Amino acid sequence: MFYPLNEPWEPGVPLGEHLRRRGVSRRDFLAFCGELGAMLGLSSMLTPRIARALEQMKRPSVVWLSLQECTGCTESVLRSSHPTIGDLVLDLISLDYQENLQAAAGSAAEAALHKAMEDHKGEYLLVVTGSVPLAEDGIYTMIGGRTAREVLEEGAAGAAAVLAVGACAHFGSVQAAAPNPTRAVGVDQIVKDRPVVNIAGCPPIADTITATIVHFLTFGRLPDVDYDKRPLFAYGARIHDQCSRRANFDAGQFVRSFDDEAARKAWCLYEVGCKGPATFSPCPIFQWNGETSWPIGAGHPCLGCTERMFWDTMTPFYRRMPKVSGFGIESTADTIGAALAVGATAGVAAHAAVTGVKRLRERSEGPSQPGGQVPSAGGRKSQEEDGHGQD
Amino acid sequence: MARTKVVVDPITRIEGHLRIEVQAENGMIADAWASSTQFRGIEIIMNGRDPRDAWAFTQRICGVCTVVHAIASCRAVEDALDIAVPPNATIIRNLVHGMQTVQDHVIHFYHLHALDWVDVVSALSADPDEAGRIARSLSPWPNNSGTYFQSVQDKLKKFVSSGQLGIFTNGYWGHPAYRLPPEVNLIAVAHYLEALDWQRDVIRLHTIFGGKNPHPNFLVGGMASAINLDDTGTINAERLSDIKALIDKARVFVEQVYWPDLLAIAGFYKDWAAIGGGVPNYLAVGEFPAAGSSFRDVEDLYFPRGIILDNNLEEVVPYDEARVREQITHSWYEYEGAGEDGLHPYEGQTVPNYTGPQPPWTYLQDHDRYTWMKAPRYDGKPMEVGPLARMLVAYGAGHEGVREVVGEALGKLNVGPAALFSTLGRTAARGAETVLLARKLGDWYGDLVGRIKNGDLTTFNDEKWDPSSWPATARGYGYLDAARGALGHWVEIKNGEISRYQCVVPSTWNCSPRDKAGQRGPYEQSLVDNHPLVDPERPIEILRTIHSFDPCMACGVHVLDASGELVTSVRVQG
Repeated sequence: MFYPLNEPWEPGVPLGEHLRRRGVSRRDFLAFCGELGAMLGLSSMLTPRIARALEQMKRPSVVWLSLQECTGCTESVLRSSHPTIGDLVLDLISLDYQENLQAAAGSAAEAALHKAMEDHKGEYLLVVTGSVPLAEDGIYTMIGGRTAREVLEEGAAGAAAVLAVGACAHFGSVQAAAPNPTRAVGVDQIVKDRPVVNIAGCPPIADTITATIVHFLTFGRLPDVDYDKRPLFAYGARIHDQCSRRANFDAGQFVRSFDDEAARKAWCLYEVGCKGPATFSPCPIFQWNGETSWPIGAGHPCLGCTERMFWDTMTPFYRRMPKVSGFGIESTADTIGAALAVGATAGVAAHAAVTGVKRLRERSEGPSQPGGQVPSAGGRKSQEEDGHGQD
Repeated sequence: MARTKVVVDPITRIEGHLRIEVQAENGMIADAWASSTQFRGIEIIMNGRDPRDAWAFTQRICGVCTVVHAIASCRAVEDALDIAVPPNATIIRNLVHGMQTVQDHVIHFYHLHALDWVDVVSALSADPDEAGRIARSLSPWPNNSGTYFQSVQDKLKKFVSSGQLGIFTNGYWGHPAYRLPPEVNLIAVAHYLEALDWQRDVIRLHTIFGGKNPHPNFLVGGMASAINLDDTGTINAERLSDIKALIDKARVFVEQVYWPDLLAIAGFYKDWAAIGGGVPNYLAVGEFPAAGSSFRDVEDLYFPRGIILDNNLEEVVPYDEARVREQITHSWYEYEGAGEDGLHPYEGQTVPNYTGPQPPWTYLQDHDRYTWMKAPRYDGKPMEVGPLARMLVAYGAGHEGVREVVGEALGKLNVGPAALFSTLGRTAARGAETVLLARKLGDWYGDLVGRIKNGDLTTFNDEKWDPSSWPATARGYGYLDAARGALGHWVEIKNGEISRYQCVVPSTWNCSPRDKAGQRGPYEQSLVDNHPLVDPERPIEILRTIHSFDPCMACGVHVLDASGELVTSVRVQG
């Protein structure tokens, strides 16, 4: 297999030439490109185009800003399998600012940031992890003595495109859950004049992040996205439709309690709260950590973490999704999925506090289900049917 | 000579956002201030939620030590609801938390800390054959040939000559504080790259039991990964073999790469065994309950609970949570109706009161209040928590394994136990702990397999899963000694919902500011303990000591309500 890590190339030398010099066969290189293409959901017809783009490429500048967050998304990138973090940092990109990994600190780090932004103005890719707290004029996250908002706005101004990586950059994640004490918002609430892609998930699968970067490098543009700016190559399929336990759902074979006989047969987790029917995510397809497993595969229900405001719309996590008659009929699950997806979409527009009130009201009203409180028509279902999911 | 004010912000190669300010004089640090500059308010978000969901919310406090808050949360809820966790689940949690700590410590050493000691550029002038000879004298690791180090050096040469230095841009290369021979620098660079691949692989243990990493899944009452040797979708012989291989891989790398590297590099920096000690008090809540016991069973913990005072290793003082107070004299908080005296956490408040300058900041040291961290004190004393605290408490308590591994380090470096109270001691203690845990993983694995062999497949206790089985009110707590130190979660449950939730985190102890008596917190005190700063423009010495604590700032969460003005919850410190 082709591993670019082994020999970073010299300035001015195209990748193709570099590879020939170090004895990488054309066949291995194309296999690598094919693997990337498969990750991006592209036809193998496009493999030569990926190869051509990579061969002509010099390492583009990537600036990575860490705002209000837990660093889980950076940790996730460290787990990337293809390309590996070593490939990425040493050979595919020039990671000119990344606080968790970079050698320099303080003013030397800031100098590196500003040099990258100046030298590559209008060209660098901006990766953002973390949300932006707006309360109290932004003093809840300060970096180098400046607010997260100021740091983000400065970084976005010269960026070619912005990757909002993880649930925090997507919509604020856990700190934006009701009552959102610091008024945390996602990147696309601040950056309006640059293309923003949301790599959803808490955290996203490592390879989803790296594949989006590779897509940008290869095709010179961001991948096509759904209504919530999530790349279709990763978020275009619903977990429920790709789940290895779907046959059990269709057959009415459910885990009723963790570690019961059904759990020991790896049956469907719908009854113990799985949010797979309402969640668009590549988990069952890409899987996690070198295709080792994934949440449902390891016996735990999906939390729905790729969906906006999931901390409020998908909780309680262990509560079964809307109860309807006729379990085991495929269309039933689709209906449930559509209803919940609309609920999640509605949450986007709602102020977090409103969501919180709704959540509390639901609780006080007892076991009523979130899906029952939102319109059941339109929304995600129709997007699925027209096959695009574009907003 | 006048003092020079120095600001290092951002402190990089840590988790989260930390600002250090110092005053330097004649090449030494005369005073220091540590400021936590991020605030998220997760505890208040817990109110009104299902307690069985709490692990997932609090897990997101930190994505680096990605399992510790989740397990502490499960323990707290289980404690409140009186749920006994099946022995298999306790073992699985130990495996998950143990592997977390091992992987986390190795990443810390190579990817967060090493560049403070290793000059990447110097490695370019190394003799690869000599590097191979040195490496072979240290360990039997297979990649110790001159040819291998030549290939790494070639790679590095091309990278540096590309002019695109990426994450190595503006490093303090060539600083006189770097003292390793080029060959040792080259060995360390090679292992920096190898550790990147290693960490990605060994953490798959989390994926097998928890479905993903970071942020694997947990379950109040046990673990969700069912065991059935005769199914394709459960923990079966294939999965167990994978786990065994990952544990072996973790241990071999720790024993043959990390630990020898650490000791070899430490040998060139022995003066740092007399620098950066700071606060002489250490607190460990202990960790890794035996199967069939809980964190409350102090006698059954693998690493013991206790306190070392005034650097006295002769006596381990029992921990008494009644002696903890949190002070806010120098924090952006106020206490309503309680003046500025420290409050016991059971009566604690968190009323944010930002009095700092309008951004952008210049110097916070000119202001009385300068951080979002409170100042927890034990008997009025600041305490250090973390691997050094755990190793000192265990050493003082006569823990056999700790005495052996720590003793090996002291012997190889030819220093006495007093050398542990230092920047170097902190880094060495982390390594010693990793060696012990990497070996312990194999024991736990053996326990798990033995129980399965005897027919015990149980991973979950369902007796109290249904909220109708819960009392109207309940409260409990969970301790866990995390990679970065003592952690506690407290939960109060009313009518099936969380009515109060509090977390006490390692960074609050270590990054605490001054207290009302003017005593500095552990970060601050370590920076004024015989601490050099040769060139304020290139503050590599500050990074060495601060990184030796392995800061994890996102854990420094505090409570405030939606308007940001009023306190609705209490932080408990224990």
